[in-house]
Amino acid sequence: MKLLGVAPRLDAPVAEASVLAVRAVDKTFGRGAQGVEALRGIDLDVRRGEIVVLLGASGCGKSTLLSMIAGLEAPSRGTIEAPVGRTALMFQDAALFPWLTVAENVAFPLRMAKVARAERRRITAELLAMVRLGDFADRRPHELSGGMRQRVALARALAQRAELLLMDEPFAALDAMMRDHLHEELERLAREAGFSVLFVTHNVREAVRLGDRVLLLSSRPGRLVDAFAIDLPRPRRIEASEVAALARHIGDRLAALGVDRG
Amino acid sequence: MAERSETRGATGWIEAALPKAIAIAIMLGLWELVARSGWRPDYVLPGPGPVLAQLWSDTVSGEVFAAVGITMRRVAVGYAMAIVIGSALGLLLARVRWLRLAIGSLLTGLQTMPSVAWFPLAILLFQLSESAIIFVVVLGAAPSITTGLLSSFDHVPPLLVRAGRVLGARGFGLYRHVVLPAALPGFVGGLKQGWAFAWRSLMAGELLVIVGAKASLGVRLQFAREFSDAVGLLSWMIVILVIGVFVDLVVFGRIEAGLRRRRGLS
Repeated sequence: MKLLGVAPRLDAPVAEASVLAVRAVDKTFGRGAQGVEALRGIDLDVRRGEIVVLLGASGCGKSTLLSMIAGLEAPSRGTIEAPVGRTALMFQDAALFPWLTVAENVAFPLRMAKVARAERRRITAELLAMVRLGDFADRRPHELSGGMRQRVALARALAQRAELLLMDEPFAALDAMMRDHLHEELERLAREAGFSVLFVTHNVREAVRLGDRVLLLSSRPGRLVDAFAIDLPRPRRIEASEVAALARHIGDRLAALGVDRG
Repeated sequence: MAERSETRGATGWIEAALPKAIAIAIMLGLWELVARSGWRPDYVLPGPGPVLAQLWSDTVSGEVFAAVGITMRRVAVGYAMAIVIGSALGLLLARVRWLRLAIGSLLTGLQTMPSVAWFPLAILLFQLSESAIIFVVVLGAAPSITTGLLSSFDHVPPLLVRAGRVLGARGFGLYRHVVLPAALPGFVGGLKQGWAFAWRSLMAGELLVIVGAKASLGVRLQFAREFSDAVGLLSWMIVILVIGVFVDLVVFGRIEAGLRRRRGLS
């Protein structure tokens, strides 16, 4: 937090263990017989500085869960405690505002928080340097590659002084090289800026590459069915044999649980 | 980057202007041919020579500017009112769902209504006055602006709205910083269509509603017909055409090109 020149929160105990606490959350869309049960009995914690990966098939309610944690939707039952205003969400699409420059995009949450202009400029420059896009401040989003756009989205999320970063398959549309690179960047930034990550993917290797813990989510309704602690030392390489072996193990478990990863 | 776009800008300008110049030359040539063919006598259909000469002398004498001034002042007032009313109505309908259901189709009906059909009522309401003309200009343009605004809101990518909300934009701020900028290209499209309706309505109005001692473009056109001044009539038509093309291509063309370029849409 020092990095952004912001005083630490005084209302939060220093040794607070978890940034996110999801308790007995159900989500049903619609009512009665037509109701679709998307999520059932979700219990989930993310500790400070931790990277937790949610692994599951498309349509298992992963995005719904992230939306609820981000405060965009309300759970049908249960409670969610997440850092108010400091929970950032990234999508598969960078979702940059095409009418703003790269720097203005990054400064957007600061503007919404009514941060003074000079301060805004300073923080934006710092964040762009962090994601190594300092030379692209005045470009427009359409002038950047997909990977660069995701890095801008990352910087924009960090501008919220995020304590918790929710990522909804953020690198799924990128080529493998760019994805490897962004995995490293994410690891480095999480360490430097001290935020926690809840990362959603359907790619088992990516889950093992990134996660301190990997949680398996079943489909219809989405339930947490298994969890793995990943004790491999960092930095990890996605093509390392330990990663591959563990990924195979988790993949077998998914198959045994009948989770279709399509 | 800057160098490349500069050179492209220079050649682009010639590339863009040349076909237009050729097209104008062909049009003038065809006009000359028809005029010379003897299909109609000279005093009914003169060739481009005398018409352009008349246009030049009217321009030098300042008559063109006087007429354009009167006409443009009217269209400016009417169009500005249409923008205010059309946008306010659009915002209201975007917010209030049942209101949109109620009068959405009425709005489409208004848009298809030929604006000339409003003039008899306008004249009853406002007599033969400037207000009658402006009334019809507003009624012609506002529905297009409202419709344009509504459809531009409908086409705002939901993902950007979600992103805006996550990034802390709420309520009015969400409109001001996300929805309105995202809707801007569609809104400009509506403004452009609204302009076309305003301009047509105004021309129709100036032919029908002649307000004393105001030699607007429509009045000049009407008088030229009444005095069988074919040369004058055609030269005033060229003035009207040029204004239409100017506003469409230069004013709206530039705004739209700028928007598209900045957002990487072209």
